[in-house]
Amino acid sequence: MSGEPADREHYEAVVVGCGPGGAAAAARLAEHGVETLVLERGVEAGSKNVSGGLVYAEESAPYTLDDLFEGFREEAAERPVTDYQIHNIAGNKVKSYDLTDLHEHDTDWCDAVLRRKMDAWLEQRVHEKTSETGGGVLTNVRVNGLLREDGEIVGVTCDELDPIEADLIVAADGVNSELARDAGLMDWEEPDEWFQGVKAVVDMDPDVVNDRFDLDEDEGAAHLFSGDLFSDVRGGGFLYTNEDSLSIGTVFHLDSLVAEQAEPHELLDALLTHPVMAHWLGDEYDEREYGAKLVPDSKKVAHREPYRDRLVLVGDAAGQMQAQGPIIKGMNHAVTGGALAADAFAITRGNADPEAAGRRYAKLLEESGTMDKLRPRRYDLSRAVGERDVVTNAVERVLDSRVGSLALGNPVADRVLKRAYNSPFLVSMLPDTRTGYVTVPAIVGEEHGRTIHWENDVEPPSLEARIGGLTYDTDVGNPHIELLDDSAAASEAAVYACPVSADDFGGGCYRTEQVQTNGDEETVVSLDTQPCVECGTCAIVADTAWEHPRGGKGVEYREG
Amino acid sequence: MRSVVLTKGVPDFSEGAVSFDEDGHLERGKTPTVMNPNDKFAVQAALQTKVRHGGHVSGMSMGPPGYADVLKEAMESVYTDDSYLLSDRELAASDTWATAITLSAGLETYQEELGDIDLVFAGFKSADGETGQTGPQTAWAMDWPIVTHVIALDIDPDDRRLRAKRLVEGDVDEIETVEAPLPCMVVTDPEFEPTYRKASHRLTHKRLRAETEERAADHDEHLTTWSQEDLNLDPDYIGLDGSPTIVSSVDPIPKAPSEREATMIDPDDGDAMEPVLEELQPFAGSD
Ligand SMILES: Cc1cc2nc3c(=O)[nH]c(=O)nc-3n(C[C@H](O)[C@H](O)[C@H](O)COP(=O)(O)OP(=O)(O)OC[C@H]3O[C@@H](n4cnc5c(N)ncnc54)[C@H](O)[C@@H]3O)c2cc1C
Ligand code: SF4
Repeated sequence: MSGEPADREHYEAVVVGCGPGGAAAAARLAEHGVETLVLERGVEAGSKNVSGGLVYAEESAPYTLDDLFEGFREEAAERPVTDYQIHNIAGNKVKSYDLTDLHEHDTDWCDAVLRRKMDAWLEQRVHEKTSETGGGVLTNVRVNGLLREDGEIVGVTCDELDPIEADLIVAADGVNSELARDAGLMDWEEPDEWFQGVKAVVDMDPDVVNDRFDLDEDEGAAHLFSGDLFSDVRGGGFLYTNEDSLSIGTVFHLDSLVAEQAEPHELLDALLTHPVMAHWLGDEYDEREYGAKLVPDSKKVAHREPYRDRLVLVGDAAGQMQAQGPIIKGMNHAVTGGALAADAFAITRGNADPEAAGRRYAKLLEESGTMDKLRPRRYDLSRAVGERDVVTNAVERVLDSRVGSLALGNPVADRVLKRAYNSPFLVSMLPDTRTGYVTVPAIVGEEHGRTIHWENDVEPPSLEARIGGLTYDTDVGNPHIELLDDSAAASEAAVYACPVSADDFGGGCYRTEQVQTNGDEETVVSLDTQPCVECGTCAIVADTAWEHPRGGKGVEYREG
Repeated sequence: MRSVVLTKGVPDFSEGAVSFDEDGHLERGKTPTVMNPNDKFAVQAALQTKVRHGGHVSGMSMGPPGYADVLKEAMESVYTDDSYLLSDRELAASDTWATAITLSAGLETYQEELGDIDLVFAGFKSADGETGQTGPQTAWAMDWPIVTHVIALDIDPDDRRLRAKRLVEGDVDEIETVEAPLPCMVVTDPEFEPTYRKASHRLTHKRLRAETEERAADHDEHLTTWSQEDLNLDPDYIGLDGSPTIVSSVDPIPKAPSEREATMIDPDDGDAMEPVLEELQPFAGSD
């Protein structure tokens, strides 16, 4: 029989996932001459992935994408960012700061990307490189667990293939890593450890992009938005220019979304329809794609020892996703993590201790300064204080008062604030409270802002139309999420927080129904996974048994 | 492993491609030729064998020079290594019997020139003739065992045996597992599904795809055409003369009347709906 230990397949390294983390790990492993098999569940790499997305190449980083993949910027990326601003919004008042200093801090280059194009390009290069050392990339394969022998991790199991053994297993399977959970290294419990990102890709002729954003062909703009346009939900918005489209989206703390019972698509619409967008979007709004994904918060979850036996975690799977204030850095750190894990394996190759590579990898993360960027010790220390409700509330009260507004509103504060926004140190220390996301920007907007009178005529598509615009290959009769507890208390949050569900919308994944039981009326939650975009939110906010769909099944992003 | 997959061209019956004359007769000249749909399963089986065990797969077809396109399609879609076309005016109008004689001569010639064949794959029935006889008759002519209706296939190259699952249709469908020695002829069922549960097999599959794309681009380089003379065939046994079957006539299937009388009614228009409801009244339940 196939699949029995005797005739099991063995590769030196198996890399799960072909996003930036997996691609970097595999490319580097191949450079070290390691026989490397890459398994990706999408029909093509990128078909499952969503980013904002600005890829950063940090000067201080040990690896960048163009180090590992020659021609990356020319062939796989969109526009470089040459103009960077943040807009503080209070009603129709907007105060904009140039964020170039923060943006350029430690930045060698920074390009906007669309993930389908980028990851598909990477997949090709990775396949070429890994083929040379006896491996390659396989798509349409979902790894569904870890292969263990006598309790020790020795390989992976898949839906589509017989079990495979490996000397090194790289879990680069992104946020909601099933392997990290299987290994007991990450749990999916606390909403405050995650953000949720939602994004629209908007069609726009290159000339129109150049014209409206005042750019040359090889220039690009990045705009960030915060303030009261998202009510009290903590987070912000972004707009990046691509070659012939715009990426517009929002990123919110998941716990805040849940607490405010906010509808993610409505928050995105609040941004799309705000007057500040009017002259960029014009009157012809053509949305190519709607997408969403969870994002881990490295300050809280980046694992300091992301390994077990022969398994190492890289990128989002290890929580290596840094929200540096409004700037989001996940792809670049996934690249660093992946490449360092590969180096660690090469250095310790042949060592009998199965954890040698993992230990070395953790050490390289520390020594390269990566871990301190992801999870600064000073944040761990300040968190206890900074987030204590008493302190926060006191600050909030002062800021909300006339005195507070005056303080933030005076001309000196304006200069100081601009500096503060541009300070990488300060932004990485901002407590995750309303203060940083809503109160301060709103006051800044109110006190320093200019009122915008533009008419915004954009009518964003309905959720139904957005779902209708996506491509799915549904695994009929084999749903990948199971609702374990259908009580409102356990799972109702998903009705709001799921980006393709909404209260009073029957065409989404989650909905509520009233049922009569013994004369009592009770609210129960039901689930239909057909429109699911596999963002991972309900794995955290509802009581579910959550898995990814089988290889090639489920949603297929064309843009990402 | 050396396999040959037998394939033939059929008129492309898909909508938009097919062309009929006024009497409802197929216009062969105006209708493009494509690979017989059932042969796709045979080529998949040949490919699976090549992916799992390596070796050489050749496509073979008997028919007019235009069938070279079908062999090219086989190369593109399932990565055959080379193509053999048995083509000669003398071979025209062959029935299944004469075709089987010709194909077996083609296989014999192939063995003489290129080496022993382990497996011959054929599809089940063709989309135009629908007889399902060519495969078995060819096997008979070669004096080889034949396994038909194959839906899954495993080969043991060391033991020189194959194990196949067959779909046996009856009152209830049954799946039967049979074994046979090589060389053998395998006729695939449309339910045939190749399986690749080893990563190495899938990597090979991917590599073959890349290699073959290039090869198929200049298919002519890899195509060998054999005439009646090359095949050393007695003219009495081939073509029209060698075909005992007589097709007396072909009756067109009468067309169903395509349009019924219909009146459009807006369901929101109460008055207009009235007569409809009356019509339906007798069919309504009694309560
Ligand atoms: C809205 C939004 C905006 C963002 N903006 C930015 C930004 O501007 N800049 C930035 O740097 N980062 C941004 N990020 C974060 C960034 O997308 C991630 O940090 C980054 O993609 C992580 O890379 P990764 O390789 O670890 O995982 P991913 O890119 O998620 O790749 C994981 C891969 O593994 C595959 N996979 C998963 N499970 C399995 C399995 N079981 N078997 C086989 N394959 C599997 C997936 O299909 C996928 O291809 C943003 C994220 C979101 C959602
Ligand atoms: S069902 Fe769950 S995973 Fe799917 S889109 Fe909704 S929240 Fe995300």
